[in-house]
Amino acid sequence: MFTAKVLIKRRPSILDPQGKAVEKGAAHLGLTNILNTRIGKFIEFNVDTDNKEAAEKEVNEYCKKLLANPIMEDFEFTLSEFTPSENETK
Amino acid sequence: MKPRFGVVVFPGSNCDYDAFYVLKKLYGYDVSFLWHKDSCLRNSDMIILPGGFSYGDYLRTGAIARFSPIMNSVIEFANKGGYVMGICNGFQILLEAGLLPGVLIKNNSLQFVCKDVYLSVENNTTLFTKGIEKNKVLKIPIAHGEGNYFADEDTLNSLEDNNQVVFKYSSPQGEVNDEFNANGSLRGIAGIVNKAGNILGMMPHPERASDPVLGKSDGKYIFDSIGKFILN
Repeated sequence: MFTAKVLIKRRPSILDPQGKAVEKGAAHLGLTNILNTRIGKFIEFNVDTDNKEAAEKEVNEYCKKLLANPIMEDFEFTLSEFTPSENETK
Repeated sequence: MKPRFGVVVFPGSNCDYDAFYVLKKLYGYDVSFLWHKDSCLRNSDMIILPGGFSYGDYLRTGAIARFSPIMNSVIEFANKGGYVMGICNGFQILLEAGLLPGVLIKNNSLQFVCKDVYLSVENNTTLFTKGIEKNKVLKIPIAHGEGNYFADEDTLNSLEDNNQVVFKYSSPQGEVNDEFNANGSLRGIAGIVNKAGNILGMMPHPERASDPVLGKSDGKYIFDSIGKFILN
C-alpha cells in the first residue's frame, strides 16, 4: 500500500482573489514583506496496491479527472510506502 | 403537444423545486424530477441542472456532481444535440463536465452575492433567447459565491467570435462595464452556450423571477422563448 500526497496549485495566469484577501490580513498583522500569496490544496490518501506503477497511474487519473481542474490548476504528487503511524491522528 | 422537462436532483440541489414550479405550475408543462443516481432521462425535451450546492460544493463547485450516474446520460443527450440548461450550480456542473468552456472561480469580492442584477441579451438567436429583442435588458437575481467566469484569452475570443455569449452583466440601460459586473467575470460574462447552441449555462436565476407574485418576472422571457420554440 502507498500513501499519496497531492499538491494542487492554481495556475499562475489565474487570479486568486482568496490569496489576495488573505494577504491583506498579513498587512494588518504588520507583516510587510509578504507577497504573492496563492492558495492551493493539499490532499492525502492511500492507494491499496503493491504495484507502484499501477498506483502512479491511478493517482494520476484521480488528479487529472477529479482532484484538479486542468483549466485552472496544476498538480504534483508523491508516493511513499504506507506506514501506519503516519496516518494516526495523534 | 406539451414540452417535457427533466429537472435533475443532486444531493444539495436547492432550486430544483423552483424550476419545477415555474415549468409545471406557471406554464403547465410536463416536468419530472430526475434523481442523480438514475440514468433515465424520461424522454425529456430539455434537461435542467438546477442551482444549489451539489455535494456540498466540496473540492470545487460541480466537480463531484459531474460524475453522478445521471450525468453520463445528460452528457450523451447533450452531445447528440439535446437541450440542456444549467442554472448557477448547474452552470458550474456543465463547465466541470466539459460541456461548456471555462471555469467559475470565487467572486472577486470574496462575498456571496445575492441581489437582482441586469443582464444584457447579447445573442437572441438561441432557443433560450429567440423570443427576446437583441440587447434587451433583463432584471434577474443572482445568488452565488463562485460565479466569476474565467477562460483564457483564446477561449474568450472564440466565444465572442462564435456568438456564444448570451448574457452579460450590465447597467439597467444595457451598458456593460466594471461597475455593473457582479462578480468579476471576464468580459462581464453571465451566460454562454456551446457552439451548437443547445447547451446554456448561466449564473443568474430566471426561475426565481418568473412568477409575478414575486415582484419580478423577467425570467419569463427566457422560459417563454424555450416553450415557444423547443418543439419546432
